[in-house]
Amino acid sequence: MVTTKIPAGFDPDKSDEMIEIDLRNPWVAGLLAWALPGLGHIYQGRTGKGILFFVCILGTFFYGLYVGGGKVVYAATDWEQQYRWQYLCQLGVGLPSAPMLIQRERVEDGKEPLFNGFMAPPSRDPQPSTDDSDNPATQPNELAKWIIDNHPFFELGTVYTVVAGLLNVLVICDAAGGPLIIRTPEKKKKKGKADKDGTEDENAEETKVSSS
Amino acid sequence: MLPTIVPLLADMNLWYALPLIVSVSLVCAATRHETIAPILNHAVRFALWIFVFMGGVMALLALMDWMA
Repeated sequence: MVTTKIPAGFDPDKSDEMIEIDLRNPWVAGLLAWALPGLGHIYQGRTGKGILFFVCILGTFFYGLYVGGGKVVYAATDWEQQYRWQYLCQLGVGLPSAPMLIQRERVEDGKEPLFNGFMAPPSRDPQPSTDDSDNPATQPNELAKWIIDNHPFFELGTVYTVVAGLLNVLVICDAAGGPLIIRTPEKKKKKGKADKDGTEDENAEETKVSSS
Repeated sequence: MLPTIVPLLADMNLWYALPLIVSVSLVCAATRHETIAPILNHAVRFALWIFVFMGGVMALLALMDWMA
């Protein structure tokens, strides 16, 4: 079992009261936090924060998916001219974004994508479309059609889903190591001096590992 | 001030930034504190910071557009 102590108040440098957090098994908590945002915190008994992360991150992710017409989350394929690096960030959300990997495997194996093409990569075949004057047109591939049909919401939805994935990286760190306390340099200096003198700062963040 | 900002936000599609700012500020604040009061306090300050930063960038772009 791992526990950590952090200052309880608004300003870490002025907080005398400390909170002790039971991180349980940080590796398991981190893995659960990746799998489903907030689940790692719920496993640790930090239910309020777990629910906050669950709502904020999954809300952002699914709102982005909705705004982008349900097309913005897909894994990069070899044939695309521009590498779809955003999917690496989207994977930070964990299992909710995992279907894109399954869909890519199926498409690359020449099989039909599941779930009516949800999170499947775009087809490389030319796609029928219409221009701004409603005249028939042809797009060179399905990605071009998605971008033109949903502009600017394709880009907006991509930003939302990428940000959600990156936020979950912070949440994984919080689940595995506890809150990140930022101290002022002056305080750090004082703490360093106290450590040299052999005294202990009462407000210092500490992590304990016990055998239980 | 609000009657000036609302149409500006709508015209520039900036309404879409609001949920993102709320979400980012809440999550970032919650990864730095453990109890609800400091989290909300930090989140509000962080959200204001983002607004000020975005406003600064917007003002800079507007100035560059005006000078062009």
